[in-house]
Amino acid sequence: MTSALNLFIGLAMGVNLVALASSRLPSIIRAAALQGMVLGLLPLLLEEKFHWLVAVVAVGTVAVKGFVIPGLLRRALRVANIDREMQPLLGFIPSLLIGAGATIGAVALGGALPLRPEHAHSLLVPGAFATVVCGFLLLMGRTKAITQVCGYLILENGIYLFGLLLINTTPLIVEAGILLDLTVAVFVIGIIVDRIQREFDTLDTTKLTSLHE
Amino acid sequence: MIATFEVLLRLLVWLLLAPLLPGIINKVKAWVAGRRGPPVLQLYFDLAKLWRKGVVLSTAVSPGHIAGVAVAWVSLVCAAMLLPAGPSGAPLAFRGDALLFVYLLALARFCTASAALDTGSAFEGMGAAREVSYAVLGEAAIITALLTLGLQSGSVSLTTMLAPAAGAGAALLAAGLFAVLLAENCRVPFDDPNTHLELTMIHEVMVLDHSGPPLAAILHGASLKLLMFSVLLAEAVLPIGKLSPPAAAAALAGSVLTVTVGIGLVESLLARLAFRRVPLLLTTAFLLCLFALLVAWKGGHL
Repeated sequence: MTSALNLFIGLAMGVNLVALASSRLPSIIRAAALQGMVLGLLPLLLEEKFHWLVAVVAVGTVAVKGFVIPGLLRRALRVANIDREMQPLLGFIPSLLIGAGATIGAVALGGALPLRPEHAHSLLVPGAFATVVCGFLLLMGRTKAITQVCGYLILENGIYLFGLLLINTTPLIVEAGILLDLTVAVFVIGIIVDRIQREFDTLDTTKLTSLHE
Repeated sequence: MIATFEVLLRLLVWLLLAPLLPGIINKVKAWVAGRRGPPVLQLYFDLAKLWRKGVVLSTAVSPGHIAGVAVAWVSLVCAAMLLPAGPSGAPLAFRGDALLFVYLLALARFCTASAALDTGSAFEGMGAAREVSYAVLGEAAIITALLTLGLQSGSVSLTTMLAPAAGAGAALLAAGLFAVLLAENCRVPFDDPNTHLELTMIHEVMVLDHSGPPLAAILHGASLKLLMFSVLLAEAVLPIGKLSPPAAAAALAGSVLTVTVGIGLVESLLARLAFRRVPLLLTTAFLLCLFALLVAWKGGHL
């Protein structure tokens, strides 16, 4: 059970680095979607007994993070008519190396933390730290609004992974609420992307630094 | 006496088998493209032809030009002698020979680059600069891969390091080593061995001013390096050192053939990368090996 769990979380950690290294926006969206789907399946692995509510939440997470949100982002991308992140604030190789360093650091940190025995041998905590850091890197190091949304999604995936530690005590209605919030947030960002595109004819968020009447 | 004979026999097998690999790659490429292609033994014919030809030297070259080629070839042959071939071990094996292996590869590269610089051609200087700047990343990857194997087996001798199968990180290690193999042997996503366009060449630029027997030595050395990396990849991933000798020989031959056909398929199906994308791919190869190292380090505790 733990090895399957670690395999899935390891896959999610690898997807972090794919998202950091790729310059094409569709592949970053695909990476975020894949990560959301992989992590959405984890509750099924964590629960010893099969429960229908858990299955519903897992299916909902996979559907929303794997299909609905990427669909919204792809629509925004089509409207904005851009394909590549041309001038990142932080280059692809430096961000890849920082992401890899963060992943290794997270594994080392996970070994040093006083975790409960059932979590000590899983990658849950290192995976959560690494994913959060990689999400922040994408948020800070890129200038296109869509990439920043993907960074936000990856960051949320990291927090979700951390929340899985408490899966037995969190009411599932909270999980469903978070999922709904996320969808609404991406929906709103899709509208904002459209407005930025109409106003400035670009998705470069560095243009949004000064206020006008 | 028997021992000397065995070492000589192995040397002969390494030297004679190496030029077969580029022939197989070209055959696979021709097959995918629907052509008939050159014969599999084409490189043998080329080497024989080059060996009979005279040498044309520029007036600018020093004796270091020929010496560089010779040293590069000899160091590649020595590196091949350090690699074990299945359960019977390597002809030369001692504690720490993994380090010597890495250094011999670096020495061969240094000598090829310095022989290229020696011709005084700006064009070859450009090729040498490209070769060594990509080597920085490729060497980091191969050292990390050897560290992973060393950590898993608790040894710094290639014979013990390569004998067992790679542990949990085998897929990562295989992918990383395959990318390094393609980069080190100037294969397609990194460099195109067939092209003669100045904008895209790396390795081919360095050997443009070589002719006759020195060019034959360089071509043979390159094929030997390809065979070495294929054997290294096969033995790092599969437990070839633990099999019985006939099974090990079959497994080794089969996996080297698979790697060669894989290179041919990669060359047929992928386009050459733009120059600015190459460091990203090499960094990825390094990170794959690094994560294999992480798995080897933490795998026992998780």
